[in-house]
Amino acid sequence: MAKTKVLMTGNEAIAEGAIQGGCRFYAGYPITPQNELIAYMARHLLPAGGVFIQAESELAAINMVFAAAAAGSRAMTSSSSPGISLKQEGISYIAGAELPAVIVNIMRGGPGLGNIWPAQSDYFQATRGGGHGDYRCIVLAPSSVQEAYDLMALAFELADRYRNPAIILGDGMLGQMMEPLSVHSPQPTVHRKKNILPNKKWALTGCKGRKPNIIKSFYMKEGDLEKFNLRLQEKYKIIKQKEQRCDSLFLEDAQVILVAYGTMARIARGAVTKLREDGKKIGLIRPVTLWPFPDKVFKRLAISDKRLAILVIEMSYGQMLDDVRLAVNCQAPVEFLGRSGGGVPSEGEIINKVRKLLRTREPEN
Amino acid sequence: MNKIFSRPKSLRNISTHYCPGCGHGIAHRLIAEIVDELGIRQRVIGIAPVGCAVIAYDYWDFDCCEAAHGRALAVATGIKRVRPQNIVFTYQGDGDLAAIGTNETIHAANRGENLTVVFINNAVYGMTGGQMAPTTLLGQKTATTPRGRSAATEGWPLKISEMLALLPGVKFIERTSLHSVQEVIKTKRAIKQAFQNQVDKIGFSLVEVLSPCPTYLGLSPVEALEWIRKTMIKEFPLGRIK
Amino acid sequence: MTERIIIAGAGGQGIMLLGKVLSMAAMRKGKFVTWLPSYGAEVRGGTAHCMVVISDQEIGSPYIDKADTLIVMNKPSLTRFQSKIKDKGLVLINSSLIDKYPRGNSRLLPCPFSELAMKLGNIKVANMVALGAFLSQRKIVDLKDIFGVISDIAPEDKRGLIEVNKRALEEGAKYGSR
Repeated sequence: MAKTKVLMTGNEAIAEGAIQGGCRFYAGYPITPQNELIAYMARHLLPAGGVFIQAESELAAINMVFAAAAAGSRAMTSSSSPGISLKQEGISYIAGAELPAVIVNIMRGGPGLGNIWPAQSDYFQATRGGGHGDYRCIVLAPSSVQEAYDLMALAFELADRYRNPAIILGDGMLGQMMEPLSVHSPQPTVHRKKNILPNKKWALTGCKGRKPNIIKSFYMKEGDLEKFNLRLQEKYKIIKQKEQRCDSLFLEDAQVILVAYGTMARIARGAVTKLREDGKKIGLIRPVTLWPFPDKVFKRLAISDKRLAILVIEMSYGQMLDDVRLAVNCQAPVEFLGRSGGGVPSEGEIINKVRKLLRTREPEN
Repeated sequence: MNKIFSRPKSLRNISTHYCPGCGHGIAHRLIAEIVDELGIRQRVIGIAPVGCAVIAYDYWDFDCCEAAHGRALAVATGIKRVRPQNIVFTYQGDGDLAAIGTNETIHAANRGENLTVVFINNAVYGMTGGQMAPTTLLGQKTATTPRGRSAATEGWPLKISEMLALLPGVKFIERTSLHSVQEVIKTKRAIKQAFQNQVDKIGFSLVEVLSPCPTYLGLSPVEALEWIRKTMIKEFPLGRIK
Repeated sequence: MTERIIIAGAGGQGIMLLGKVLSMAAMRKGKFVTWLPSYGAEVRGGTAHCMVVISDQEIGSPYIDKADTLIVMNKPSLTRFQSKIKDKGLVLINSSLIDKYPRGNSRLLPCPFSELAMKLGNIKVANMVALGAFLSQRKIVDLKDIFGVISDIAPEDKRGLIEVNKRALEEGAKYGSR
């Protein structure tokens, strides 16, 4: 089928990508800058045969998603940073009950009420679990409207495969901006009604013809919770091995490798292009999965090359930085450039930082 | 010989963890009997709360789901909307339904969700060790009201059933009690009606059940029943509210 | 080719729509496009702006530090964004609402967008007059590409306005190429 392009905001693309990816339940509470997402769901989920609920709070929304997932539906919620903080208890329960659900965080500045401008300061919250307990969410970070759409189906698939919450981590700029989008069908409404759910034998459907199913995260008998946690850890190990995803540019001859994700990565890519035009050997690593963090790509780098330096760039004061340092394991210097609270490192700032870095490293050449 | 009394199919053959004289065991059994009588065991989904009844799913023999503290009606909403063909009910204590979960309670009721709610009001927090509940009576001593609940600092017992009755989405509310055999029979009748309403797609139905907690009332099981009859029903009068 | 355009004015002047129509036409020509709105605390009657980047290559930042073109529809917008125009950049100014403008290193094109729109009988098409004037200077897409977009996106109850929008585009283009 011929691909048609439409101009869409990131927020709308995420919603449409979710519906195409089989999402049939959405509950959410309005918060800027992700309001286009909830409005899109309100318009389009019902005609697709799904359920839309504007919940009374983020708490109610995430618990409705917990429930819809428990009942076997592909379910999601979305919010922005302060609202995602409110959802953390529910996300912990989803992880603890091993339910597949998708949570979208269109990040804004913090802490507290912060502001509504783009930021990447919820990285720790997303990749370290966020709520109470020893759990991890699969975290995907799109950097364009097209990728935001494409990653939604993957998020639902991974959530189902591992019975684990998956987070889409974007920011206000990605959510608000419009870009051309190739939808997988020229008429997005055509094949939505097709139910593409995998068989979920564990789901709550009523115990007809089988033993009752129980969805819970509560283990009171001595030793049971530890056993359950060990099983979770085994699952996470498999995810870490199998699901690392990243993009890279010019790693072969790079002397400085930029590391950035999401919106920040596209600005960094602009800087790489300009610096390359200028003959500078600059590369880029763009993690697509933030958890599992793509540490394999760092291990493959020619880190023995003494000239190599790594520059992490974030719309935060250094969160992914920790993961890069762990992956690089002191084998190369790791530098950092970051702004937050609505500040976004510009192409110019990145170029200046790289030039400075190249100058200070020249004596070693 | 005709068997006239036996364990309901919907109740597992194990002993409960509840204290002697606790009302939960009675309420669990009533629900199991009703589920059997209405023939809905294969399509019922129960939502267990956080509180003493947290492992109600260990006792009922049908599909069940846990809910975070206070979120039972959000969870019930999610399941019922995805699977309207199932019969979904919540079983919640006073802290779960009327303190931490007040928001979810009011909004599920206001949306007129076609759900059944069994609300156990024993005027005290059991699982955490006898602290004040939203329904604790004035003057009642608890772990967190050592001098007795005072309206000046803790406010009044919350009459959430009367509040909910104001909402157009709410179709049925009755307050019953477990303090005598007669009242237990009335309780069963009311809960059965609340389930039947869901089967008939009538809408949000809630039964508030006054239930004894001898342990944290500091009374014997018999005294706890007496306390409900003499004291508690003055504040929480029985009967159909809506 | 990469063209970075900042469009700014008062809420209600059709700023966002101007950016969207241009972006859609460029998209249909196979260009890479980003459109980034000001969002959130903006209210009707306040200021509004959007940033449009059109390129033959993949676009890095949708946020514009230095614009090739600035289209300003009212005075506060000029004050706010004049530092964002790059050296020798193009500034289209709504001279109906902006009487004084600084002579800098930029190429100024004052044009009475609002008055031309009023002459056409609908002040709301000032945005399309501005777009016409812009396209006369920067031939990113043809006027007929814009016509196509407008007739495709016009809602049922506003189809009667397609014609006046087209004429506004032509008026702007005519004025701009003088």
